[in-house]
Amino acid sequence: MHVPDGFINAPVSAATGVVAAAAVAVSLRGARRELLDTAGGAGAGGGERTAPLAGLVAAFIFAVQMLNFPVAAGTSGHLLGGALAAILVGPYTGVLCVSVVLLMQGVLFADGGLTALGVNITDMAVVTTVVAYVIFRGLLKLAPGRRRMVTVASLVAALVSVPAAAAAFTALYALGGTTDIAIGKVFTAMVGVHVLIGIGEAAITALTVGAVMAVRPDLVHGARGLTARPLELRNTGPVAAPGAPAVARTADEPEAAPAPADTAPAPAAVTPRRSVRRVWLAGLAAALLCAGVVSFYASASPDGLEKVAHDKGIDKKTEDHATQDSPLADYGVEDITDARLSGGLAGVIGVGATLAVGTGVFVVVRKRRAAAEPAETV
Amino acid sequence: MGAGHAHQLYREGRSPVHTLPPHCKIAAVFCFVVVVVSTPREAVWAFGAYALLLAGVAAVARIPAGFLLRRLLIEIPFVAFALLMPFVAEGERVQVLGLSLSQSGLWSAWNILAKGTLGVAASVLLASTTELRSLLLGLQRLRMPPLMVQIASFMIRYGDVITDEMRRMRIARRSRGFEARGVQHWGVLAKSAGALFIRSYERGERVHLAMVSRGYTGTMPVIDDVTASRTQWTYAAALPLTALAVCLTGWMLT
Repeated sequence: MHVPDGFINAPVSAATGVVAAAAVAVSLRGARRELLDTAGGAGAGGGERTAPLAGLVAAFIFAVQMLNFPVAAGTSGHLLGGALAAILVGPYTGVLCVSVVLLMQGVLFADGGLTALGVNITDMAVVTTVVAYVIFRGLLKLAPGRRRMVTVASLVAALVSVPAAAAAFTALYALGGTTDIAIGKVFTAMVGVHVLIGIGEAAITALTVGAVMAVRPDLVHGARGLTARPLELRNTGPVAAPGAPAVARTADEPEAAPAPADTAPAPAAVTPRRSVRRVWLAGLAAALLCAGVVSFYASASPDGLEKVAHDKGIDKKTEDHATQDSPLADYGVEDITDARLSGGLAGVIGVGATLAVGTGVFVVVRKRRAAAEPAETV
Repeated sequence: MGAGHAHQLYREGRSPVHTLPPHCKIAAVFCFVVVVVSTPREAVWAFGAYALLLAGVAAVARIPAGFLLRRLLIEIPFVAFALLMPFVAEGERVQVLGLSLSQSGLWSAWNILAKGTLGVAASVLLASTTELRSLLLGLQRLRMPPLMVQIASFMIRYGDVITDEMRRMRIARRSRGFEARGVQHWGVLAKSAGALFIRSYERGERVHLAMVSRGYTGTMPVIDDVTASRTQWTYAAALPLTALAVCLTGWMLT
């Protein structure tokens, strides 16, 4: 998704650079406010919290973009993180953190051109984050006070934010693209592919937000009003102390809690089951919709190139994992963004992937149902 | 993991390119890329000249070609994208080896490949001859907002820590027999991501408290201010100025 140099012409690059600079300036101011009132308790007496917190969140986004989510048959995707950042730390901090990540990726890893930095920030940091946050808040307003709504809202927000960024890219491309491909074609291909990416992004974002909500709901900026009161430290006696860490750590590793062997998988299976199924039903609906629209443009061209690129990406990645001296060296060619290369072939890929996702959903649901029933009887 | 901060991005060296002040180098690379991007794509020879310029810089900096080429691999997704261009673009068609290709699509593919590759190569040269910390100092010198520089420096400093946490979680998952095979395992991975967020955020709070207790008030003192002499600026300007000359010639000839 990172736009290289020379893809968008100079005037539009400069204009987006101005937009990006303005957005970053606004979010610097806004982030200061957001991170100040995050202070759950007495706080640290007015010290400037922005830099350490935003810096660590940026590091988190950078790291989580390297977390691979296997899709099927050796392909995998990763999180883009814009929607997640907006929901977890708020829109201003989100824009800021994603911008810093993009800046560092551009300067250090040469991922995304230096002159295209404005385009990249406008597109991936500003549009994604703002769209996701607006939708998220809007949905929460529809059903106030429902904690489950947070998961659904973050699902929809992430689902829309990725195609929205693709649409924004298409708009920039229409203004200053250096190639003359019909805009309609670019739009269909970009948005079609990114609806698919968005489904993955949505599922992962919703699950991640759900996991944070379960442990530290006070940290989820988007759900600030929903938790009745901020968490507080209570001085419980030493007797209760061993229980507390076990509760706090359930999200880290299911097995971390010193529990009897049969209950260990049960909490992992029962709680997310409902939300996962809903995620997948929504995903299926979106995929079908996408197939209905995109398949119109399907052509008989080969889509083997896509598969080759995926395989190459995978090979490179496994190699990198083997020689993991510096974690940053892990940073390989990622796969899901490769989907972009499919250009006019989006139709074919769309239908194929929809079928794959669709069948995957049924397999998963069936497997889970089968696995859950014996687990409940035990 | 003793050398946690020696990144593979950076190549230790004492060449003239290494010793240039960071902000000169950043400015030079940026101007160079701007010049490259604004070169007309029909001036094919100009891009060859740019490549020679970069090769010259790499030679002065003693960056081996293999290292440079390996880092260029990051561009692959866009190379693939560019290769599709001739097939989908509009306009006149030409027959090449029995394939019907769009002429303007071929030009666009060339445009993206040439400019993108040169841009990536220039950034790679910058990153491999400048330490992370001095890059940030250079950005600060170039008037990037200090808060932004601080955020970026925290990200760089703790990036390794956070990625290591993620790796430890992965090891913990694997040592308990978990292997993510497909969509059905996303829940577990997402829980790890959530835990990673909480850990990062809480670490941020701890770092902040530790800094406040050591007298942090929101600004970082600049201990080693980098300055550049006029000669150093001249050295750094050699690259973009030569490129500019090439670019202007390109405009006049086409």
